[in-house]
Amino acid sequence: MYETMEMRAVLAGLLKEEMRRDETVMVLDADLARANGTLGLQQEFPERALDVGIAEANMACIAAGLSSYGFKPFIFSFCPFVTRRICDQAAISIAYAKRNVKIVGTDPGISAELNGGTHMSVEDVGVMRSIPGMVIFEPVDGDQLAKAMPEIFAYEGPVYIRLFRKAPAQSYFTDPEYRFQLMKADVMRAGTDVTLFATGIEAGEAMKAAALLEKEGTSAEVINVHTLKPVDTETAIASVRKTGCAVSCENHNVVGGLGSALAEAFAREYPVPMEYIGIQDHFGEVGRMPFLMEKFRMRAEDIAAAAKKVIAKK
Amino acid sequence: MEREVKEQLKDKCRQIRYLTIDEIGELGVGHVGGSMSIVDALVVLYYRAMNVDPENPRMEGRDRLVLSKGHAGPALYAVLADKGYFDREWLYTLNKPNTNLPSHADMNRTPGVDMTTGSLGQGFSCAVGVALGSRIKGDGAYTYAVIGDGESDEGLVWEAAMYAAHKKLERLIAFTDYNKMQIDGKVADVNALEPLADKWRSFGWNVYEADGHDVEAIDSAITLAKTQKGKPSMILLHTWKGKGVSFLEEKWENNHNVEISPEMRRRALEELGEVH
Repeated sequence: MYETMEMRAVLAGLLKEEMRRDETVMVLDADLARANGTLGLQQEFPERALDVGIAEANMACIAAGLSSYGFKPFIFSFCPFVTRRICDQAAISIAYAKRNVKIVGTDPGISAELNGGTHMSVEDVGVMRSIPGMVIFEPVDGDQLAKAMPEIFAYEGPVYIRLFRKAPAQSYFTDPEYRFQLMKADVMRAGTDVTLFATGIEAGEAMKAAALLEKEGTSAEVINVHTLKPVDTETAIASVRKTGCAVSCENHNVVGGLGSALAEAFAREYPVPMEYIGIQDHFGEVGRMPFLMEKFRMRAEDIAAAAKKVIAKK
Repeated sequence: MEREVKEQLKDKCRQIRYLTIDEIGELGVGHVGGSMSIVDALVVLYYRAMNVDPENPRMEGRDRLVLSKGHAGPALYAVLADKGYFDREWLYTLNKPNTNLPSHADMNRTPGVDMTTGSLGQGFSCAVGVALGSRIKGDGAYTYAVIGDGESDEGLVWEAAMYAAHKKLERLIAFTDYNKMQIDGKVADVNALEPLADKWRSFGWNVYEADGHDVEAIDSAITLAKTQKGKPSMILLHTWKGKGVSFLEEKWENNHNVEISPEMRRRALEELGEVH
């Protein structure tokens, strides 16, 4: 039901409902409420939707302090500014202090588009994944986000939500029967020759890659790893036991993100050949998404080529 | 302040210094200098100013203290033990394996600690969140925060200062333990803070200055801060690192985190006098 909606609007709408229901829920922005769709909340809830100005570290610690008073704050900014910029605050005042603060980063990876390299988070998942106790969630579409939020509202502890702000190119989780489980990966398509593990905007590319591979007689399984930490090793290992190889597909540096998380799990329990689609350990740059996806080899065609390469290594 | 009350508070400061040295001396090393310099302020807060209940450390509506200079944990632990938040014997577990009294203050381990601190600058910013929480809840509580003078180098202190003034958090009362020293040297030599009072005033705070080892002066500043409306208050406490023990005071240029040998412990405790 959310196919055409921007994902920031989906989240802001769900937060508005939750703030009406639960008077301990708060939203803190750092002068990007207009960009993140939360400006309206400041009008409806002047006491509980705050703007701290361009001071993300202060926002993170204020949220930790509010949490000690029983509030449930959500802090918002672009991905790099609520991860690498506040790494110490997220680690110490939020995670180490066991504060129930939710961290929302928007415009992950190349989706920062014309803001360019300074705003393109290639390291945010790596930063947050190495903080003990941090949960990381990256939705594919508005429907999946809407199914996830009740679990995230109920979850006691820090969660980093890595949110593509705009409407997704295509929605995949629109089935009313779809049941979301935080920390449980979703098999989007069953297959036998290779597993494509994908998150965020790359889930759609992986599905298109599976269709391309099918035409050539290759059966690809596609698994959406929406929870990047803790990664669902049970589902991941069960799949590669069947297919024998894997391609990770992520809108992030191939160092420290989904690919790394899976490789760590496979190396421990069931080593298989892997290929890694994503940003190949370089910074981002200015560009629209189609240009960047082509330049950084993150398209369905690139995933299909990586799949063939990894199958040959079996 | 009545003479009798003042004498009681002064003696309490002496006792807390005794416990602080005894606690650090048990392990043989610790953050002595900055723990001893903040004792008097902690005593005025916990034995006079703050509405707290050691029987119910998480009492709703209580006043809270955020010890942003978290390395002064040993002084706070001595106060909390003396108040009865936990058994005094805990003090002798300071920084030992599996202790509930770690080097830097931890709200999840120690009854009576209101915020986890230690990464400098963060506690003060958290205190702004605590004061905002109190404002939204409308419980009328006071939030107290203690920062170090060296800690004031952190940019986050000034982000938090700006926002606290913007939100007119009049029930936030902060202290700077202005002992004039930081690890690498004199504050004035490392990264000069002066004019510090002017800085806080220009950030929109009420500013008071007091002798940080005069309980009456500290108490008066807190009382005055509570009467002010529309602004948070900063009380600059002029203090001495290692205060209360002559050979530590003499080592004021290098007593931040130092050894307390059994002999030093014995001499210091002898100088401070008995605690019952």
